[in-house]
Parts: sequence; structure tokens; C-alpha cells
Amino acid sequence: MNTEPVLQIKDLTVSFRIKDEYYPAVDQLDLTINKNEVLAIVGESGCGKSALALSLTRLHDNKNTRIDGGLIFKGQDLNQLSPGQMNKIRGSEIGMIFQDPLTALNPLMTIGRQIEENLDYHTTLSKKEKTKRIYELLEHVNITNPQRVYNQYPHELSGGMRQRVMIAIAIACRPSLIIADEPTTALDVTIQSQILDLLKQLQAETEAGIVLITHDLGVVAEMADRVVVMYAGEIVEVASVMDLFNNPLHPYTRSLLASMPGANADQEQLHVIHGRVPSLQNIPRGSCRFSERIPWIPQTAHVQNPQLDEVGPGHWVRCSCYQHFHFEDEGKGIVMDGIAGAK
Amino acid sequence: MALLELNNLKVHYPIRGGFFQRVVDHVKAVDGVSIQIEPGTTYGLVGESGCGKTTTGRAIIGLNKITDGTVAFDGQDLTRIAHKNQHPLRRDIQMIFQDPYSSLNSRKRVMDIIAEPLRNFEKLSPDEERRRVQNLLDRVGLNPEAAFKYPHEFSGGQRQRIGIARALTLNPKLIIADEPVSALDVSVQAQVLNFMKEIQKEFNLTYLFISHDLGIVRHMCDQIGIMYRGRLVEQGNTDDIYENPQHIYTKRLITAIPNIDPAQRQESARTRQKIMVSYQQDLKELMDAEGKPLALKTISPSHQVALP
Repeated sequence: MNTEPVLQIKDLTVSFRIKDEYYPAVDQLDLTINKNEVLAIVGESGCGKSALALSLTRLHDNKNTRIDGGLIFKGQDLNQLSPGQMNKIRGSEIGMIFQDPLTALNPLMTIGRQIEENLDYHTTLSKKEKTKRIYELLEHVNITNPQRVYNQYPHELSGGMRQRVMIAIAIACRPSLIIADEPTTALDVTIQSQILDLLKQLQAETEAGIVLITHDLGVVAEMADRVVVMYAGEIVEVASVMDLFNNPLHPYTRSLLASMPGANADQEQLHVIHGRVPSLQNIPRGSCRFSERIPWIPQTAHVQNPQLDEVGPGHWVRCSCYQHFHFEDEGKGIVMDGIAGAK
Repeated sequence: MALLELNNLKVHYPIRGGFFQRVVDHVKAVDGVSIQIEPGTTYGLVGESGCGKTTTGRAIIGLNKITDGTVAFDGQDLTRIAHKNQHPLRRDIQMIFQDPYSSLNSRKRVMDIIAEPLRNFEKLSPDEERRRVQNLLDRVGLNPEAAFKYPHEFSGGQRQRIGIARALTLNPKLIIADEPVSALDVSVQAQVLNFMKEIQKEFNLTYLFISHDLGIVRHMCDQIGIMYRGRLVEQGNTDDIYENPQHIYTKRLITAIPNIDPAQRQESARTRQKIMVSYQQDLKELMDAEGKPLALKTISPSHQVALP
């Protein structure tokens, strides 16, 4: 596989201001996104995955957010660019697909006009060429009647169609990086599978790198090449999709997998992670951040200031606690009650 | 005997237009659904958005007007009983809503939210009422202190538990759960689902579980009905539906579930393609003149399909 990097994230910290103090929601994160790769970022709400996505496109509210570190995209640091320069890159070199297409699309503009807006800003095509390109784009995202959709408003389309339009806008200028933040969460399963197939097909054609942010491990299994699991602002595990599902190591990854219904259809009880995701101000920094969710594991099993360790080719895990983490009856498959088992 | 029996239930919404806003047509949101739910079991009603599953649930509890058909609960037809006489039966059917953020009144304390059903049906002294509420909170795993807080002070999973506590106040027999976990994270979702299973055993509850997530439905339900355009296309127990789906729509839904094993990615994409093709070819033949699914036919004692 081609491993030419598209975006290198170096020591990225995204902090939000709460009462005059900045708290990092993404903490010293290093990550490389390669060409022609689907990189999935997984985690529960509050783990920092959307904060990361927004910082990649610098769509944060500048007054209350501080972004430190480097975002090296095609040789330039996005974090150093002026808003004007960033506008030139956003939408052309980096495409974005958001969760809810109804709020992301302008309700007062026809679909054609919204795609045209992107082309207006980033290209010098004539009116005629633009219209032609828009029809092409709409056809490309499998909209059967582009001429009609061109003149329609977002409310006239179904959820799946709107998401197709969002994708058309995102790929209008052939970006080399696409950031998809929960692109199918608002859709029905059958539509979801169509949209995922479409994304896969587009990626094969454009060789773009895709950052897929999702909480749905099923979507990850279907789409991703590499998976990043985030917890409380840190990466806790990075692995190829095969390794992650066949040999998950970090307790958080394993707990997430065990709490999914369907992964283990016959079990009575689903695994429940003890406690809850800490709020931004209460993240235990400096030690293993997941330790308070697995209280039965002795403190000695954790290390201070845990770093990501490479445990296999391309497989990184944070902290040493994973070596001591066992669901009670691991031999019988995935388990039910890790907490009770450890008492 | 079935606890709940829907017989040819129909909910039609009028479309008004033209001169004097006359009724020009109807949207047949639910068009002839028959379901039987045995006490102590969970019936899963599955379908995509717009198929009428939520309307069915709301019609049972009386939030939508029923156009035709009967809803027999414990042997009594709810559609025949005058509204004010339904009171005692209404206690026995409660609902858990999808969105724990909008289904709790943000200006009321948890105490008042949970006690509201009690206040409608029972006359209790404030002391007794507080005890009942705190008892319930304890049962759903919340701190009794929570009674004096407001909904915004809780996380999504905790709020959903408050919603469940409210549904449990009057010791109902049937709970209609409309997408109870789709707004929650996986681990919180697991918590709520486990809890729903626990209380089902404890109180011998019957659930009508409305969901679009086939993974969760498989985990929770004994009987499943697949809805499409206001009618059932297939009905059976969990094994019938997942191991031996007959209707092309059911097959399509099941193959659309993302496969958790990345090694089978290509394989499942191919199956999906194949099903999609035959779905497009065959669907017309499986629909009647109005474009609605055909009547259900029994193919095994537990399994019915809408095939010609």
C-alpha cells in the first residue's frame, strides 16, 4: 500500500477555555494520515474526536480555543496560515462531510447553487463549465436525476440524498484529504450502506486520504484501513483494522467491543464500562486516563505518564495496564461482567 | 392469551387542500398491522424511518388517532372504550421515548417528573410520594438525592434512566420503548439495555421495542416484525428473521448491517450487491396495486411473510 503522508499531525493540543482557563480536549496528539487510506477515529462522545476533526480544518471558535502544534499538510503548517489562506485550502484541498446534512446545507439555496459556490471560490471555470461539472458531480454520487436536483432545495430531498449532495460538495475540487465526521449516523442502515459504498468507491478513484470519525464499530469494520481509538483526549490504541478487531489490546478498546450488541449475539448481558467519561476539567492527566474506569486493576499495573508503545508492526498501545486486563472468562469469548469478575 | 393484540390497525392522516381545505387524500402511515405480544416477552418492531413503526407505538398508547382496527389490551378493546374510561388501562401501558434530552421537562425537578404519573392516578401524601420516587430512583441505579436535581444535571444515560423510572412508577404491564437507546453512546447503551432486561425479569414486563438497529433488536427481542410502508412484510421469532429471512426487504435490511469482522468485508459487500439487484427487480412483484406489501402468509408456526 502507498504510504505517502497527506497530513502529519505533530504534537497537537486543542484546548477549550472554561472560566479563563484552558483545558486540552486533545492532548499532544501525533498522527499521520496517508494517501489512499481510510483512517477511522473511534471513541465515545467527549473523547475529543470531533475537537480533533474541527481543528484539522481550523473551524474552531478562535476566542475560546487554542490550537498548539503542527498540522503539516502538503509541506505547509495549517496552523500557521492566515484565515484567508486557510479558506483557500478548506473546501478545495480538504473536503468535509458533516453528520447532519440538513444543518450543514443552506436551506435557502438550491443544491446547484451550493455546489457552484464551492467551484466559484476555488476554480476559474465559466458558468457553462460549472453547470456541466455540477451535473457530473451529482451523477458521480449516484443521484439519478441531476437536472432536477440542481434546482431543488435541501428540504425537498431525503436524508440519504442530502448526504450525497454533501459528498458532492466535498469532492467538487478533488481534495486530497476528506474529513467525514459521523457521515452516516443520521441515516437508516440501508442508506448507510449505500453511502459507505459510495465513499469507498470515490476513495478508490481519487486516492484521497479519508479521516472517518465515528462511534460505530460496525462502520469501522466495513470501511477503515487503520483505526485510532481515542479516550479522554488521547490516543489509546492505533492498529490496522484487522489487528484491532482480531487482537484488541487496550482495555478501552476491548470494553467498547464487548459492549456492542450483535458482536456476540447469544450473550444475556452486555459489557458495561464502569463509571463514565470524565468531563474536560476532570480528566486525570499525567497518569493512565482509563484507570478510573477499571478500578479493579491495581495502580501498580499502570505507568506514570503513559506513552504509546509499539507492540507489533503498526500496532501501538498506551500504558502497560492492558497486560493485566482480563475479562473474567476470556477463554469463552467476550465477556459479560468484568467488574464483578475482578472482585 | 396475548397481552396486546393489534388487529388490522390503521392510522391514516388526512391531506387537506383545495377550496375550504377539504380532505383530498390520506397518508396511510399504518395500513393494516396485526401483532400479538405474549406477556413477559419483547416484540421488536423494525423498519426504516417513515415506515410507520413509531406511529404504531403512539397509536397504541393513544397519542395518535386510530382510523380503523382494534387494539386489544388484556382482552379489552382500547378503541371501543370512551376516553375517560380508559384511565385504569392507561396505567398499565407506559412509554419510553427516544430522546432523553427532549422527553423530560427541563423546568421540573426529577421528583416532579417521576411523580407526575403517580399524581394522576393515586392520592399520596407528600411523604409517601417522596419515598416512592426515591425507591424508584434507587431501582434504576440513581442516587436518591437525584430527586431534587433538574434534568440538565444528568448525562444522557442517566436521563434515559429517569425516563425509565417514570415509565415504571405505576407498575405497568406493557412498556412501549421507542428507540430508547439510539441517542446514546455504545457503553451507555449497553447499560440501559442490560437494565431493561433486568427489570423485565423482575416485573414480568412486556416490551414493544421499536428500533431501526437490527443488532440491538436481535439482542433484545423474542419476536420481530419488519415493517415497510405501513405494513408488516415479515414476522417471526429472532431465529426466523435472522437465520431464515424470506422477504427481499428483510434480506436487504439484514445485509445492510455493517459486518463486525473486517476479514469478511469484500464478501459482505458482494452479498449486499446481489441482494440489492434482486431487491430492485423483485420488489414490484411483492407489492400490491397501491405499492404496499401483500398480506402475510404463514410459512411455519412462528413465521409469516408477505409473499404472493
